[in-house]
Amino acid sequence: MKLKRPTLSWWEKLYFPAILQGMLLTFRHVFKKKVTLQYPEEKWTLPPKYRGAPVLLTGLDGHEKCTSCKLCQFICPPKAINIVGDETDLQKEKYPREFTIDFGLCIFCGYCQEVCPVEAIWLKDEYELADYDRTNLIFPKEKLLEMGRKPPYLPGREKPLEEGT
Amino acid sequence: MSGLWPEVIRALITIIVVIGIVMTGVAYLTLAERKVSAWMQDRRGPNRVGPFGIFQPVADGLKFFFKEDVAPREAYKPLYLLAPLLTLFPALITFAVIPFGTSITIAGTSYPLAIAPNVNVGVIYLLAISSMGVYGILLAGWSSGNKYSLMGALRAASQVISYELGIGLALISVVLWTGSFDFHKIVEAQQGGWPHLWFVFAHFLGFVVFTVAVFAETNRLPFDLPESESELVAGYHTEYSGLRFAMFFMGEYANMITASAFVVLLFFGGWNLPFVNYAWFGPIWGGILSMVVFFAKVAVMLYVFIWVRWTLPRFRYDQLMNLGWKRLFPLAVLNLVVIATWLLLRGRP
Repeated sequence: MKLKRPTLSWWEKLYFPAILQGMLLTFRHVFKKKVTLQYPEEKWTLPPKYRGAPVLLTGLDGHEKCTSCKLCQFICPPKAINIVGDETDLQKEKYPREFTIDFGLCIFCGYCQEVCPVEAIWLKDEYELADYDRTNLIFPKEKLLEMGRKPPYLPGREKPLEEGT
Repeated sequence: MSGLWPEVIRALITIIVVIGIVMTGVAYLTLAERKVSAWMQDRRGPNRVGPFGIFQPVADGLKFFFKEDVAPREAYKPLYLLAPLLTLFPALITFAVIPFGTSITIAGTSYPLAIAPNVNVGVIYLLAISSMGVYGILLAGWSSGNKYSLMGALRAASQVISYELGIGLALISVVLWTGSFDFHKIVEAQQGGWPHLWFVFAHFLGFVVFTVAVFAETNRLPFDLPESESELVAGYHTEYSGLRFAMFFMGEYANMITASAFVVLLFFGGWNLPFVNYAWFGPIWGGILSMVVFFAKVAVMLYVFIWVRWTLPRFRYDQLMNLGWKRLFPLAVLNLVVIATWLLLRGRP
């Protein structure tokens, strides 16, 4: 296809008026408000449903809700989740003796949350997980539960589910 | 013998001062470039090293020192190692003839504020030396043994051929007007009322042609075809690293300062301000004030350099050639004819 070239007027052919116009525009921007966020000092206000690191949630009985069904371990695309299940006297009969998420592998996709039948794993607002040592990035169960007890909580709940409530 | 020593000592002190100012200027020009570009894009620019990032040039310089100096296997070593020096060296020695103020009189002796004052071929010297800088670019591009570098060097060569003409012809009108190649005489001619006011008014066409050509001469956007990152990786200095790259970098920015000083001297009255006579401020303060005014004007010109860079996109190669030969060249000739006719009819002012 042949493109139709716009015919320039005498004024436009001079080229300099257009250049000056452009320079005026850039000059005005010098005094405009800057958009840069000074990250370590300033931080974003996260939206309420922000999906950061997956953490473990605590049930009404004070124990982790996880029943060690290993669906999340199975679906996890980078295989970041590792569960060692065990039997328990609680009604759920099974619990994870070990539950680790390797944040060096986790891609924050949210499949674990989607697939979990008991709402035990949930993507929360933590995103500053960097470390100088990769072994520190493998979070054990206790740490994941601790992260789960901090606000914000599940949508529609203002408090964490604690023992006796 | 004793008559020569004061002059030698004066020249040495001036050289130290000028090189100090220019190298600091180059360092802070890189910071200014990054800051201004950031502001024009609604960003903040470097602000981590020291307050407002004022130590950023120091950090950058140190980084260049510790980088490895790599030479590619295909490179022709002697020229490859020489080329950066050939760019930096002319960029620095051009300051020899640039006067940056009237003069400072201490104890009855007048010390002119220039390394080599009253050189009667100052303009020609500056043109000749600043054109030598392109040899560094050419040799760097050729000796790197890299196709992109070679393309950059070729572009630099043809760009210089098309723009030296514009510079020379636009400049001739000023030289015709003043009848001298001496920068001091050219600046003196820009004192007083019309038409002796700054030459930017009487020689406006010449000023436009000269400024556009100077942008090409210093390889700045919109004419940075020898570098053009988007097409040629980094053009002629693609293969360079560490201090040798820093030399190209410093050479480029030193050239910018020379070019700005050149424009200020020829068209913006050097250190002259309208209605101000530096004799009012006494022999010492008058000289210092003239120096401050001159460097302030150069700083404004440098800002324009940066400003234009972050406003305009790069010219295509054929567009640049068209502009050089079909627009600037005839305009410069027209300017020359008009000024020459004026001088013929009215006599030299």
